[in-house]
Amino acid sequence: MKSIKHHLTDALLMSYAAGTLPEAFGLVVATHVSMCDECRARAESFDAVGGGLLEEGPVSAVSADCLAATMALIREAKAEREERKPHVAGVLPQPLQDYVGGDLSAIKWRSAGLGVKQAILSTADGATARLLYIPAGAAVPDHGHRGTELTLVLQGAFRDQTDYFGRGDVEVANEDLKHTPVADIGEDCICLAATDAPLRFSSWLPRLAQPFLKI
Amino acid sequence: MLVAHELIMDTAGSHGEITRVIKAYGQTPRKAVIVNKADDAEKWVELLRAVRDRQDQSAFAALFAHFAPRVKAFLIRSGMDAAQAEECTQEVMAALWTKAHLFDPARASVSTWVFTIARNRRIDLARRNRRPEPEDLPWGPEAEPDQEDVLLLQQESENLGRAIATLPEKQRDLIEKAFYGDLSHSEIAEITGLPLGTIKSRIRLALDRLRHALA
Repeated sequence: MKSIKHHLTDALLMSYAAGTLPEAFGLVVATHVSMCDECRARAESFDAVGGGLLEEGPVSAVSADCLAATMALIREAKAEREERKPHVAGVLPQPLQDYVGGDLSAIKWRSAGLGVKQAILSTADGATARLLYIPAGAAVPDHGHRGTELTLVLQGAFRDQTDYFGRGDVEVANEDLKHTPVADIGEDCICLAATDAPLRFSSWLPRLAQPFLKI
Repeated sequence: MLVAHELIMDTAGSHGEITRVIKAYGQTPRKAVIVNKADDAEKWVELLRAVRDRQDQSAFAALFAHFAPRVKAFLIRSGMDAAQAEECTQEVMAALWTKAHLFDPARASVSTWVFTIARNRRIDLARRNRRPEPEDLPWGPEAEPDQEDVLLLQQESENLGRAIATLPEKQRDLIEKAFYGDLSHSEIAEITGLPLGTIKSRIRLALDRLRHALA
């Protein structure tokens, strides 16, 4: 956990706290926060801003029977008291397991050619989330971004023009970044990637035909 | 003394009840009638514990009198009509009871916790699916947080609330808009200068202790 070097931005954490982040990005945030106590503390301090606003904010009178109606809801709910979800230790943190329906073995991979595989996760709003499987030493084709792309490493590591990203690290890429992530040779790399715009590949076929090894 | 005035206004009628509740579980009825704002956060924590440990309905009524009108106003301001907001407020307040055992007062004030429940419920209704949540960090009666950590965190939450209230109006206005769901992610990226350093450090400390207790 201490080895995480690449964290979420304040803007992502504040949007997550405000509840306005597209679900796909929310999934990346929740997954990273599950692996990173520093970002969990940052996320919870943004929650505290929401709490402060609620405390200082306006009030709107509730109806006379509102408390009684609430007590009735509580009596109904008592039978099914909510417990913490049991931890299912695995490579995938719990929020991601909820979307996959289990750990790594439950992922329904589809081949993207030359050993690269992907699995699209079902999310709402204008962003998409997918799991990427990049064989050790292979490259994801050169691509630029129209919007924001978040890439969170779950297993293995990758390197691109900017830095080296290991388990728990998240890369926040915007329009300015055009990169070619290459999986570390040590282990096949599995990432969670979310984007709010389609990727632009500048050279799909050549890159896929020439996966190269990390030196 | 604006603060004291506001408090008397919005909890009118419930003071006697709070006094009785606090007496009922063996505390001196300090700050029960003329409540010192600085101690409010601690008072809500005590009342929530009474709900958790003794299913104390009077304690719940006091929490309800304070928080339900704030939750309703928050939901209306976030775009719900009054009837929908009232129904949703009942669900949020019922969760306060049914999930009381999940509240960690070393990491959040009751206001913050109520805010997160209301926010998540708002997302549920808008999206008709869940907000991805980080993995739970288990704790419970067997690992009750240190009382001093709780006090310091609660005081820090009050400090944060005051700091936000005294920000320049333009900045405060932006933060409010963000938390009511009126700003996009890129607009939120332009908000800077939130005084979160101290509360983040306190939450981080609580997380470290929790990890240590689990290890």
